[in-house]
Amino acid sequence: MNPVNYLYLAALLFTIGASGVLIRRNAIVVFMCIELMLNACNLALVSFSRMHGNLDGQILAFFTMVVAAAEVVVGLAIIVSLFRSRHSASVDDASLMKL
Amino acid sequence: MNASLAAAASATSTGEAVQFWLLGTVAVIGALSTVLMKKAVHSALSLAGTMIVLAVFYLANGAYFLGIVQIVVYTGAIMMLFLFVVMLVGVTAADSLKETIKGQRWLAAGCGLGFGVLLIAGIGQASLRGYNGLGAANALHGGNVEGLANLIFTKYVFAFEITGALLITATVGAMLLTHRERTERAKTQRELSQERVRSSHLPPLPAPGVYARHNAVDIAGLLPDGTPSELTVMQTLRRRGQIRDVSGEALADLKALEQRSGERLGRGLADRAGASEDHAEEGEEVAK
Repeated sequence: MNPVNYLYLAALLFTIGASGVLIRRNAIVVFMCIELMLNACNLALVSFSRMHGNLDGQILAFFTMVVAAAEVVVGLAIIVSLFRSRHSASVDDASLMKL
Repeated sequence: MNASLAAAASATSTGEAVQFWLLGTVAVIGALSTVLMKKAVHSALSLAGTMIVLAVFYLANGAYFLGIVQIVVYTGAIMMLFLFVVMLVGVTAADSLKETIKGQRWLAAGCGLGFGVLLIAGIGQASLRGYNGLGAANALHGGNVEGLANLIFTKYVFAFEITGALLITATVGAMLLTHRERTERAKTQRELSQERVRSSHLPPLPAPGVYARHNAVDIAGLLPDGTPSELTVMQTLRRRGQIRDVSGEALADLKALEQRSGERLGRGLADRAGASEDHAEEGEEVAK
């Protein structure tokens, strides 16, 4: 088996995550789909690192994980405060700035 | 040890191929059910499964440090954070299934499909036939973790420092977003008691449940005229709309019983030949 298959898998997972972001309207599930996309990118980075035989790809994946952790903390805090003020976690309900 | 690691990382064995096809299927199924499951809890659990599979793939790709970090940080911390928020927001907060923009779902699915085809075709076109493997890179500083540490603290040390600043900012930001300043003074016990005397409910609130039939907290107690009183159910359940109404159940049961016995008696008088059928039906009802 060629390690390129890992790249195909990463592309598939990224696509599924992106469609999820477009399709779902529960803010938490949208957020989970974003996490799925980040994970797919990490898988691609790790397999690139293996193909090219250096560790820089893994360092990049490591930084992606750190940024993802920070992003999850802030994003979930926003969802919780949005839920407190509107009693709903649907992204359609946050339409206050709509014309 | 290092030689075997190097060999494992530079050649794709049959075992790895089998692992890839089996676990890859699991990962795709998990991702699909993350998108398609109606309840957020189920989505979160499917996503956790996908992440564990990805951790195994990292290990198989020679990224030993990242594989462990994936399990500890993603499945251990981030997914549990997600589950906590799902719990805070309410498990019943399922997606509404009606579309606000007409045809948006199909358009989104079509866009996703097109994007996926583009991406996969791009990978297929690229010339990625040969590969080097991580054996030499991992062995250079004595192991995967040592190699990563060497890179982080020399070449990427500035990015690493910035990452620390990012983490502390995120922590402070999350605290600020979820913290609520108390805008009014807390009421004293005397004020609370005076308020209660002035309100229409001096005695404690009536208890939920219907005497001798249902005593769950989500079932409203019945008023003398048989209508449920929402006052008996606690505020949280009332706001979520999770009150169960059992006020009509007793009457409906009685009605069904009367109808059944009426049917049986009527049939018994009409013809004695169907007695065996009656027995069979009786058996069914007992089973119910």
